[in-house]
Amino acid sequence: MRALILVGGFGTRLRPLTLSRPKPLVEFCNKAVLLHQLEALRQAGVDHVVLAVSYMSEALEAAMREQEQRLGIRISLSHEKEPLGTAGPLALARDLLAEGGEPFFVLNSDVICEFPFAALARFHRQHGGEGSLVVTRVEEPAKYGVVVSDADTGRICRFVEKPRVFVSNKINAGLYIFSPGILQRIQLRPTSIEKEIFPAMAQEGKLYAMELQGFWMDIGQPKDFLTGMCMYLQALRAQHPEKLHSGPGVVGNVLVDPSAKIGANCVIGPNVTIGAGVVVEDGVRIKRCTVLKGARIRSHSWLESCIVGWSCSVGQWVRMENVTVLGEDVIVNDELYLNGANVLPHKSITESVPEPRIIM
Amino acid sequence: LKAVILIGGPQKGTRFRPLSFEVPKPLFPVAGVPMVQHHIEACAKVPGLKEILLIGFYQPNEALSRFLVSAQQEFKIPIRYLQEYAALGTGGGIYHFRDQILSGGAEAFFVLNADVCSEFPLQEMLEFRQRHGDMHSFVILGTTANRTQALNYGCIVANTDTQEVQHYVEKPSTFVSEIINCGIYLFTPAIFQHIGEVFQRNQQELVLEENSNGWQRAEVIRLEQDVFTALAGSGKLYVYKTDGFWSQIKSAGSAIYASRLYLNQYSKKHPERLAQNKPGGPIIRGNVYIHPTASIDSTAVLGPNVSIGEGVTVGAGVRVRESIILHGASLHDHTCVLNTIVGWDSTIGRWARVEGTPSDPNPNDPYAKIDSETLFRDGRLTPSITILGCSVTIPAEVVILNSIVLPHKELSRSYKNQIIL
Repeated sequence: MRALILVGGFGTRLRPLTLSRPKPLVEFCNKAVLLHQLEALRQAGVDHVVLAVSYMSEALEAAMREQEQRLGIRISLSHEKEPLGTAGPLALARDLLAEGGEPFFVLNSDVICEFPFAALARFHRQHGGEGSLVVTRVEEPAKYGVVVSDADTGRICRFVEKPRVFVSNKINAGLYIFSPGILQRIQLRPTSIEKEIFPAMAQEGKLYAMELQGFWMDIGQPKDFLTGMCMYLQALRAQHPEKLHSGPGVVGNVLVDPSAKIGANCVIGPNVTIGAGVVVEDGVRIKRCTVLKGARIRSHSWLESCIVGWSCSVGQWVRMENVTVLGEDVIVNDELYLNGANVLPHKSITESVPEPRIIM
Repeated sequence: LKAVILIGGPQKGTRFRPLSFEVPKPLFPVAGVPMVQHHIEACAKVPGLKEILLIGFYQPNEALSRFLVSAQQEFKIPIRYLQEYAALGTGGGIYHFRDQILSGGAEAFFVLNADVCSEFPLQEMLEFRQRHGDMHSFVILGTTANRTQALNYGCIVANTDTQEVQHYVEKPSTFVSEIINCGIYLFTPAIFQHIGEVFQRNQQELVLEENSNGWQRAEVIRLEQDVFTALAGSGKLYVYKTDGFWSQIKSAGSAIYASRLYLNQYSKKHPERLAQNKPGGPIIRGNVYIHPTASIDSTAVLGPNVSIGEGVTVGAGVRVRESIILHGASLHDHTCVLNTIVGWDSTIGRWARVEGTPSDPNPNDPYAKIDSETLFRDGRLTPSITILGCSVTIPAEVVILNSIVLPHKELSRSYKNQIIL
């Protein structure tokens, strides 16, 4: 089977991290987001994945060459010269997708969940429609595309993008499977699949919804990235508790790369991810954070709800909180206080940031 | 030769709340010892100075009595407290107790305000008087301020050769002079004659007024407005200008600044009073005072400008900078305390951050003085030193920023830019 991953553009909402890497290569719980998706697709029998990209494609390409061998999966890049929206890329990759004659998966690169690709394929074959999409329940549906479907068959009646009044609490989770016939609906121009393609398919009764079990998150912005991390670690506790870290000073769900070093008298967790080669010195307290590869957290600092970028150096007695995000290679001097600071790469922070702002 | 220290009373010094709720302001520790002890030590060093009198209107209290006993023992000089029956002003108090001050045939006496921090060049003032004026002249200690800040003090215009004071204005609204009154004077018994004249004038004015409060108001005499202004230009008043360090101590923020000035003086004159880096001891940066009974973990990093009081415990990995930790306080592991006064017996939980904003004078201006600014500006609390009153509990892992916490409060979350009642 084949799959198309909509990698798309600049990932502006996940800046400053996406100033250094394309978004699919940002590590989520110590593994590139894209890799979470590729591994799940591989497990469901996909052997060829197309990445629809428009930004930093060389970096992506290089990274994918490495993964091809390891995963035993073929990876092609479909390069958009101009942004084609959420449907246009299917037209661009038409030949690759239609080749096998089989249904193919399409997914947003921002989505993290317990990927139900095998179940989705079965569901799709069963109802014989043109397209199936995964829906999930959320508390605030108005931020997304809302789906109204028949409870028994799953056939979608209506598809409303970002509704202003409450319609349903089930939203489009950004994971689809389509029969090749859909490609005739899509032209090679900027097209929104949610606004232009799906409503027509729903009206013709050819679109079906399958409800997702387990957690779901769009990790395209730092706040949600951290919430998604908490959900992922919780699922990991249920399914593979041996992968989580344990020991003195570890509280709750904590994921630590084997090459990371944690000092004495630290209290780490709950909900912390520590990347490869990270050094956490003595007496550090970290809660609800992601610390990316190669970063150093110096002694006696206190971090909550932060993302520490690759190779950062956080000084001694630093306090960081409230979704502070440090881009790559940021240095934070000793004894500072960062509250909701969004710091661009290679910056040196020499003064406290007591109220949320962006540091260029 | 005697010395009089004016220590004020509870209605004065409201800018020193909440710290002044626990202890009279003159006893507040600056650089590890009560504010007024620095005055006493300086006086005790002057050869021939026989007695120190403290004048104020605090009710007799245990803290003051204990302090007087221990100060007498340490400095081996008689020290007495004379309590005014009401707030009589900087002149009224000494006038009321003039007999006590002059008893034993005192030829001259110093008058010092308790709420200043100074190098106390008392001997130099005596020598200055011998060179300028005569044995009946009065001397005001003056220092230089910048043009803007001078308006907040008593301004002195003096003859550049003779140093005779030609003009004196207290807190003018327009610029008069950069030389300001330090609140430290050298008088002779003749001063009482001049104060007496003010007293007579006051009484006469009251007789004319219908709604007087009677005798109480007549006895309130302010040296600065009532006496110096009149003496200026009479050939009896002189100013001795000093370049030594000097600051008012009106607010808690200025207590930290005054500590820095005194600790700096210790490093030059009494280095044995400062903490040193020792193996097995905490890491000391700059000038730090640690009371011998304090217990400090060896991984703590203290300074510059830190005073640690009696019985304080400082845990592992604690960082303290530009702060005063009052006695009995306890700083748990990994806390970070910056620009803060931590009140007596307070507790700060692990990994908490307690931070204030320094109000120091501009370091680039040698004549800049500390602002005794208002608590609020434009309806918002001005960022200033964080103060924890006595027995305050700060929980673990919170941040307390630019806030004032009143005594016996147990906080449960972070606070910023607030007064917590």
